[in-house]
Amino acid sequence: MAYNNDIDWEKLDDIIDEYNSDKESLLMILQDINELYNYVPPETIPVLAQKLNVPKSMIYSVATFYKTISLEPRGKYIINVCTGTACHVRGAEKIIDAVHDNLQIDTGQTTQDSLFTLETVRCLGCCAAGPVFTVNKNMHGGLDRSSALNIIDDYKKNAS
Amino acid sequence: MVKFENKEALESYIQELQATAQSPDKGLISLCSGPGCIIHNSDKIRDTLTEEMGKHGIADKYEIRLTGCHGYCEQGPIMVIDPGGIFYPKVELENIPEIVEKTLVNNEPAEKLLFKNPATKKRVVREEDVPFYKLQTRSIFGKNRLIDPNSIDNYLAVGGYQSLAKALFEMKPKEIIAEIKNANLRGRGGGGFPAAIKWDSCSRHKGPKYVICNADEGDPGAYMDRGLLEGNPHLIIEGMLIGAFAMGSHDGYVYVRHEYPLAVANLAKAIDHAKQYGLLGENILGSGFDFDLHISKGGGAFVCGESTALMASLEGKPGRPRAKYIHTSEKGFRDSPSNLNNVETWANVPLIIDKGAQWYASMGTEYSKGTKIFSLVGKVVNTGLVEVPMGTTLREIIFDIGGGIPKKKQFKAVQTGGPSGGCIPEQFLDTPVDFDELTKLGSIMGSGGMIVMDQDTCMVDVARYFIEFLVDESCGQCNPCREGLKQMMAVLSRICEGNGKKGDIELLEELGTMMQKFSLCGLGTSAPNPVLTTILYFRDEYEAHIYDKKCPAGVCKPLFYYEIDEEACNGCTLCAKKCPQEAISGEKKEPHEIDQENCIKCGICYDICKFDAIAIR
Ligand SMILES: Cc1cc2nc3c(=O)[nH]c(=O)nc-3n(C[C@H](O)[C@H](O)[C@H](O)COP(=O)(O)O)c2cc1C
Ligand code: SF4
Ligand code: SF4
Ligand code: SF4
Ligand code: FES
Ligand code: FES
Repeated sequence: MAYNNDIDWEKLDDIIDEYNSDKESLLMILQDINELYNYVPPETIPVLAQKLNVPKSMIYSVATFYKTISLEPRGKYIINVCTGTACHVRGAEKIIDAVHDNLQIDTGQTTQDSLFTLETVRCLGCCAAGPVFTVNKNMHGGLDRSSALNIIDDYKKNAS
Repeated sequence: MVKFENKEALESYIQELQATAQSPDKGLISLCSGPGCIIHNSDKIRDTLTEEMGKHGIADKYEIRLTGCHGYCEQGPIMVIDPGGIFYPKVELENIPEIVEKTLVNNEPAEKLLFKNPATKKRVVREEDVPFYKLQTRSIFGKNRLIDPNSIDNYLAVGGYQSLAKALFEMKPKEIIAEIKNANLRGRGGGGFPAAIKWDSCSRHKGPKYVICNADEGDPGAYMDRGLLEGNPHLIIEGMLIGAFAMGSHDGYVYVRHEYPLAVANLAKAIDHAKQYGLLGENILGSGFDFDLHISKGGGAFVCGESTALMASLEGKPGRPRAKYIHTSEKGFRDSPSNLNNVETWANVPLIIDKGAQWYASMGTEYSKGTKIFSLVGKVVNTGLVEVPMGTTLREIIFDIGGGIPKKKQFKAVQTGGPSGGCIPEQFLDTPVDFDELTKLGSIMGSGGMIVMDQDTCMVDVARYFIEFLVDESCGQCNPCREGLKQMMAVLSRICEGNGKKGDIELLEELGTMMQKFSLCGLGTSAPNPVLTTILYFRDEYEAHIYDKKCPAGVCKPLFYYEIDEEACNGCTLCAKKCPQEAISGEKKEPHEIDQENCIKCGICYDICKFDAIAIR
């Protein structure tokens, strides 16, 4: 296994310890790793398999079954457009189109400069403010095409 | 640090809390910081409020309490001031000085900031007189506004954990189950299965058993469970404790949707506090009963809301449902007897124990008792969480409480029950809502999602939307669901793209019937509902798409175009200024025109024209 400098192996151990190396906690362990790196680096999988005493195939099976786990690196800013029914009938599709036109990425893709990833989620519980999206943990509501693009511009400026 | 060794210690502590809460020298400012209000900066409002109160030297006269969702999210951020229950909707930072000066210092309402009843044009002072609330019966959700979810004392002050004490010390497990049975509590997660039957069955099995709370809330457009769990986590803990005692379980899990991090955080804190107080853990209140509660987070898979999939997921495996030849009450989580109930089902339990089955069963219809919380969203004036007795009609919910459709548009349908439900048209608006009545219409009441749709919603697109959702979410292990959904998706897509063929409607019906009959789990058997109900009630729309190649609602892009009605357009130029494609031209005060070549059908002009001059063709 290639040694990867970007991975903080100690932190990984901490996460595993926090769940007492319990294989029933596999999904939550993966989620914590996913949160830490914005994705689950494949290098961590053999280590996990060994420490939790489960086959690697099981880890891939769980990691690919659950949508919140990504096995590929994602952008610095993850734009999560709500496509729940309430937002859908209020024009969520138009927001996705706007992001798509502006950043030239489809849902699930990351921009070349690794700044943005576009994802969708079904209902964030702010239906009154719909259509809504989150950028990382920040909520933005009452969107239309132009306000959505303004928000994205702000993040672009922040990053540069 | 208090730790209640017995029931009396709990009771005297509650009495003390209630005495201080009623003290006339301290007021309460309850500020909603639920998901709908926090988006409008309710945390900044708190800071400004504190600052202003400091200026007037009244900082210690009022407690500012950040609470979970109050229900009326449309009017967020919401502030309610006690004594008096003075209700301030849509509070903005610049309103704070006026509220502080008038209400907190001079004890009078800030007239101009009060809610204006749209029907009478009169200002309403008190929360309870706001029409949205007045028509509801908020026996479960109403407590939210009195509770900071991170304060167990707030929950105790409204009488929290007293039902637990009653159950532990005054009732036998069998009597609790009988009470739940007499109340006819039916599962709020969508199926409406009588809770007492499951409890009874689980209680009869030996060995370790589990009680589990389903907080996966996957229905896209519903957030009742979030509102409860995030706003009043101790209520759910108390319900589960009572159930666990009745069934003889010592271990419980709450399976929470990944998208609800605040619910997880609030619940985790609540569990800690309950443990410190001796309300969770070993020898609860000195009764000898032990119960521990854990949290597990989902991974964004809708199918994990299904009971067997949820239990697989709890075990750390992919959440694929299994056939239920053996019930989970016999063999569920870790192959042990397990009882799963929805968040709202658990929330009803303390109320039933407190007030009794007879009181509880006096609310509702013959076979559906108590209240139900609905997530009223979509094209409706008052978006929010609404709690009404079972049997309230759709019209009362959508028009009397919900305030009807915004922008003077026409009501078209209401979608209930999420991806397992269907669309109900106008002629059935007077149907009383309960488990059985909506099923008769081909939909279901489901977990309480209620999405209102107006004339601008295309029903074929709605059907396609749900099928697309389900294609994504099907676990793929059984053929009828996996392939059936794919085929339905292909047919619906071609209809929406203008390539629909004669026979497509019949094909959808045939596929739907097959899936209903042969799918393995509830996802597949109920998946055709959104398609079949839209065909049943809006067949003409399907036909317009297939035969006339038109989308009458103006949603399916290849099937319509916008045109400016020369008669109606007064040349205000607004649309031309806003069009992102610069596709609209015309002289001021002259009718404008759309260049179809450049128009991307973004709908901006249609939405902003104040004179209804943009027509869908
Ligand atoms: C595909 C599918 C998704 C479901 N999602 C949920 C859910 O998100 N929340 C829920 O409480 N029940 C959900 N259910 C219903 C559960 O299977 C189960 O019936 C329910 O949690 C039992 O609790 P109750 O009797 O208190 O309603 C779902 C069922 C199916 C088939
Ligand atoms: S019906 Fe669908 S979700 Fe259910 S088991 Fe079959 S494929 Fe999976
Ligand atoms: S906004 Fe309406 S009225 Fe104004 S120019 Fe455009 S079409 Fe005409
Ligand atoms: S639909 Fe959009 S692109 Fe087309 S004319 Fe109207 S504003 Fe311009
Ligand atoms: S549907 Fe988007 S927040 Fe609820
Ligand atoms: S979030 Fe504040 S009222 Fe619902």
